[in-house]
Amino acid sequence: MSAPHLDVRYIANLVRLRLTEEEITELQPQLDHVLSYIEQLDEVNVDGIEPTAHASAVYNVFRADLPRDGFTQAQATANAPHSGNGLFLVPKVVEG
Amino acid sequence: MHLAGLTIAKARRLIQAGELSPVQLLDAVQAAIEKTDPAIGGYLSRDYQRARALAEKIDITLPLGGIPVAIKDVINVEGEPCTCASQILQGYIAPYDATVITKLRAAGAIPFGRTNMDEFAMGSSTENSSIRITRNPRDPERIPGGSSGGSAAVVAADEALASLGSDTGGSIRQPAALCGCVGLKPSYGRVSRFGLVAFASSLDQIGPFTHTVEDAALVLQAIAGHDPLDSTSLDLPVPDYSATLNDGVKGLKLGVPKEYFVEGMDPQVEARVRAAIEVYRGLGAEIVEVSLPHTKYAVADYYIIATAEASANLARFDGVRYGKRAEAPRDLADHYGRTRGEGFGKEVKRRIILGTYVLSSGYYDAYYLRAQKVRTLIRRDLEAAFEKVDGLLSPTSPVPAFKIGERMGDPLQMYLADIFTIAANLAGICGISIPCGDAEVDGKKLPVGLQIMAPAFEEARLLRIAQAYETAGS
Repeated sequence: MSAPHLDVRYIANLVRLRLTEEEITELQPQLDHVLSYIEQLDEVNVDGIEPTAHASAVYNVFRADLPRDGFTQAQATANAPHSGNGLFLVPKVVEG
Repeated sequence: MHLAGLTIAKARRLIQAGELSPVQLLDAVQAAIEKTDPAIGGYLSRDYQRARALAEKIDITLPLGGIPVAIKDVINVEGEPCTCASQILQGYIAPYDATVITKLRAAGAIPFGRTNMDEFAMGSSTENSSIRITRNPRDPERIPGGSSGGSAAVVAADEALASLGSDTGGSIRQPAALCGCVGLKPSYGRVSRFGLVAFASSLDQIGPFTHTVEDAALVLQAIAGHDPLDSTSLDLPVPDYSATLNDGVKGLKLGVPKEYFVEGMDPQVEARVRAAIEVYRGLGAEIVEVSLPHTKYAVADYYIIATAEASANLARFDGVRYGKRAEAPRDLADHYGRTRGEGFGKEVKRRIILGTYVLSSGYYDAYYLRAQKVRTLIRRDLEAAFEKVDGLLSPTSPVPAFKIGERMGDPLQMYLADIFTIAANLAGICGISIPCGDAEVDGKKLPVGLQIMAPAFEEARLLRIAQAYETAGS
């Protein structure tokens, strides 16, 4: 089996993370090294084993659907790097 | 008023006797920070005036009335920064209190000071903070552990009576061990995470750092309990943790997992922990060797699950609703790419990329699903052990504090620092680290931590076991 490889440039683009060439050069071998380490899980026989998604045995927690206080528009936008008229301002999304 | 040797329990007695006022205590903490913190770097920010206003009118009859508590900079405190030690949260001011803060306030505690950490709690040395280095109080050349390194260091350096941290794979217990204080990770679901900036949601828990086990019980008492705002917090009664603290360990069975005494571990760490186990034998506990056969897979398992969850959780940092935004973006893709590329540090980038990869099409079954199944096996190992024993004793960290810079170039070496603490998070059980002596390295006495683990929601038993050792030494 060939050594595991993860294409840093490709994944970084998927996850919207702009990396410099220097960062790609540094991260690529480090991540391949970590990936080789985690491949040891292949040794474990997991046939018929149920996956654990989280540690406590609670599923489908319901609550009454009642209105409660939330942020005002001013509070919600107070931390925004760009806002106006109580709205978040972002670069144009739809080409027209 | 000197903070050295001052515990929450003692400060509370002085306050209630009228010998110490909450303002005097706050001033003593402020003075200790001014004197000590320039050399330690445990704090990122603090707001003395706000804390002072609270101290002036605090109800001293409340259980923690007048006690200042330092808060890891990953927990929202209304009106304060919450940087997560990241550049991407520059300028953010928390618009609400996390539930643990609401509960601390209700118990009369005063949130005071924000502590340093690895960026977004990703790391084992606090060196991944984008803001500053935190130094180990015992040796300024060494790391305080992480990711809650600031919270551990300020307690160990007598700059705080107590602090809160978060523990995803050992981030409370490991720095507590390396700095020489008590660090408690409650069971998954015991303490609400509402208002904790999420790293890995199936693993994260909030817990206290204190000088003593008794103090840990007092803080846990205040923050534990069900919260409708966190659907993973369990609706179970919260026992009185102080009531059973001094019940001792006579007749208890304590397990020593043989896989936790591995080759390559520091011989002084092993010697101190073995000596602590003998103390328990002397106190009347029955010591039993147990096996946790899947221990060697815990670190690999954790780095798949934690990074997968982190890659999803950190998607919210998009430069739209809060935090830093890249200047003059060309279009939306450029806005996201540069905001995140400039805002996140190296370790965060590494983990987002690894986490995205293990979740991506074609690799999900091979990595993430397999890791969740191995997680089941690790959990079953612990469940089987707890059928035979009441608690487990082990080292918290295989080595004492390492030198600043020593492991920064090798992420895998850094990840292995958490080898003994990760299983508790994967299984959702509770664990605590308490000091059990020192290792002498290069003429410096470096603290060694004893880790105790107990089944989920058995914090009362965990604290009682820890208390037995702590009081046996005094």
